[in-house]
Amino acid sequence: MATDTDEAAAGEPPAAPPADEVAAAILERFPGSVIHESHRQPVVYVDRSAWHDVAAFLRDEQRFTQCLDLTVVDHLIDAERAVIPGVDPQRFEVVANFLSHPRNRRIRVICELPGDDPTLASIVDVYTAMNFPEREAFDMFGVVFEGHPELTRLLMPDDWVGHPLRKDDAPGRIPVEFKEDPAPR
Amino acid sequence: MGLEQMPHNFLTARLEDLVQWARQRSVFPATFGLACCAMEMMATGAAHYDLARYGMEVWRASPRQADLMIVAGRVSQKMAPVLRQVYDQMVDPKWVISMGVCASTGGMFNNYALVQGVDQIVPVDVYVPGCPPGPETLFHGILTLHHQIRTGDLLRRRVSGTGAGVHVEQRDGTPSHVQPIPIRRKSA
Amino acid sequence: MSEPIDVTPAEEARLEAQTDEGSQQLRRAHHEVVTGLWPEDDETMVINMGPQHPSTHGVLRVMLELDGETVLQAKPVIGYLHTGMEKTGEELTYVQGPTNVTRMDYLSPLANELVFSLAVERLLDLDIPPRATWIRMLLVELNRMSSHLLFQATNGMDVGAVSMMVYGWREREVTLRFLEKITGLRMNHNFIRPGGVAADLPEGWQHDAEELCQTVERGVREYSDLLSENPIFLERLMGVGSISTEDAIALGVTGPILRATGFPWDLRKAQPYLAYDQVDFDVVYGHNGDCYDRFRIRLDEILESIKIVRQCIDAMPLGDFRVQDRKVTPPPRARIDESMEALIHHFKLFTEGFRVPPGETYVSVESPRGEIGCYLVSDGTSKPVRLHIRGPSLYNLQSLGTIAVGGMVSDAVAIISSLDPIMGETDR
Repeated sequence: MATDTDEAAAGEPPAAPPADEVAAAILERFPGSVIHESHRQPVVYVDRSAWHDVAAFLRDEQRFTQCLDLTVVDHLIDAERAVIPGVDPQRFEVVANFLSHPRNRRIRVICELPGDDPTLASIVDVYTAMNFPEREAFDMFGVVFEGHPELTRLLMPDDWVGHPLRKDDAPGRIPVEFKEDPAPR
Repeated sequence: MGLEQMPHNFLTARLEDLVQWARQRSVFPATFGLACCAMEMMATGAAHYDLARYGMEVWRASPRQADLMIVAGRVSQKMAPVLRQVYDQMVDPKWVISMGVCASTGGMFNNYALVQGVDQIVPVDVYVPGCPPGPETLFHGILTLHHQIRTGDLLRRRVSGTGAGVHVEQRDGTPSHVQPIPIRRKSA
Repeated sequence: MSEPIDVTPAEEARLEAQTDEGSQQLRRAHHEVVTGLWPEDDETMVINMGPQHPSTHGVLRVMLELDGETVLQAKPVIGYLHTGMEKTGEELTYVQGPTNVTRMDYLSPLANELVFSLAVERLLDLDIPPRATWIRMLLVELNRMSSHLLFQATNGMDVGAVSMMVYGWREREVTLRFLEKITGLRMNHNFIRPGGVAADLPEGWQHDAEELCQTVERGVREYSDLLSENPIFLERLMGVGSISTEDAIALGVTGPILRATGFPWDLRKAQPYLAYDQVDFDVVYGHNGDCYDRFRIRLDEILESIKIVRQCIDAMPLGDFRVQDRKVTPPPRARIDESMEALIHHFKLFTEGFRVPPGETYVSVESPRGEIGCYLVSDGTSKPVRLHIRGPSLYNLQSLGTIAVGGMVSDAVAIISSLDPIMGETDR
């Protein structure tokens, strides 16, 4: 991963993680964001209301040419969740990974969504590639992206009820019965 | 006047033999490769394992012209009605080989998205296990089918392939410590 | 527990308005229809291609709006192979993870396993021994070769050179046999696992690999002779399905399609992983962005992969093929008879799996189709909270709506084939 973080000198107590330039720029423009370093990768937690503006900022001013991936995580039944100071953990997290070709760097932007109101601004007008991923996120998690031109189910049939990747949506496992088995597995 | 009206006696035995021999040697598969098994099905048709020596290299895209549907791969909920439609469009006599474990029983994906066994939708003649079954295994399945065609009844398919015949009720589902989120319509 | 969602009628209406074009419908775009010979020819035709179709590369459905033979709109409808693999991934331990992930992009299964293993190792902050790294690189390059050989076969067949189907499989079979010798399976190998690889390379692999390289090289030269200057092939593919670099980047396209537009972006060079910075190879790129360039790039990438495989044969380091950390990798089978501890470790690893501390990471590698990424979230247990694979074919297929417009229906087939989509990683 080509970032400008240096290795901590061996034997010394770990210094505060060196700030990634782009993360620092996001923090400057959008106060209230939280920078975190996750296994040597820069991550910025932003507020819901700033989501679309952060995407536009990254594309227009920071030259992040591609949004590679947008996905949702459901933290309903987490055994243990990493506590990041300054971030208010909610049920859903929307995660977007960005890549800048000219600067050869990546950044991840995460936003927390409450379970009872999973709506977020769509970034299809900024990154056209997000059309299908946002539809998939809606299909699998029920997160509604406002401003999306065609927010329909992508992977499940149109008349499917429920959002399969939510933790409270059953996996739908059918118990398998073998001959002379005392109980189904 | 078709085969149904033909009297079945020692005089027509040679004719039946001929018909079955012809049917066995010119089975045309329908293109129904879905997932990873389709790769191995293509390998079976390619030069190393060559289906052409059994007269089967012609994959007919139109189900009307095909005799055999090799369901190669996992059948999702969205694909199930399409599968049934293609099967219905095939003209008798027709056979179905369920290739791979996903088509036979749902395979390693015992979840909401897959039909747990294509025999829930269409009657299957031969199940070929494997994930994916190598070309040799598929060949064994195809040759078993050929044997069935050659020695089986002229007008009726064999009784095999009626499915497991087991009814299971879904006992697991929502984990007990979470409740599903109901959507209430608020009259605002 | 969670609060119920309250939906006002206004919100429901807004949602319905947003979604009135269901995924299975195509709204006619308002185009000027050039009236043809027939005066009543004032409506465009909406036809459906797939999901069962000889040239849709798996179960892809494309809805086309046509004016005569010209494509006005092309809308890919996917989901016909949705297997719930990400949900299954949450039910399987990290040890079992590769068996699930490997079936997503079933044409290059080792790339999926690699990206998953790299993600798990990053979450564990684990360093794997150099021999394991080089073995992984060797396998992924062999996978790239076999994937591109299948592309040559299916692309040729779709465009009309039906005998390519047989030729392409000839070399692919030899590659698969070599992979079977190493990993035990022809496909869906489950060989690259968190911690290293499952087993060491067999005796005499260098000789077999060199023979394989020579066979594949001969085959590639033959395909080049057959197709690269073939006038019918050129007519079918040159200038067809062009896309500019800006459009490609905006649509999230990666891999040979992006490189065909003239932008030499290859993750193996730009952001090297494994040992790609220690081997010498070129990034193949085109300049027109059309189907012919994509075909040529994939053909030449086979030769680049052969270069890398040869360097792996020469420079394969000795050592462990998996990390020695007993909490992550199982003990050797012979030890189980001798040591109680080994037996317990083996048991725990294969029933419960190993625990990964809470965290999240995104790792990506260059698969034959583009950038495949794995976003993995862990919570301290032995099963992931979220396993998401960024499949390149999803984004490549999204670009179909842009690329196919303006061409003819028969070009749509050539274009889909040149995008090389794998529905397994698109639908997961």
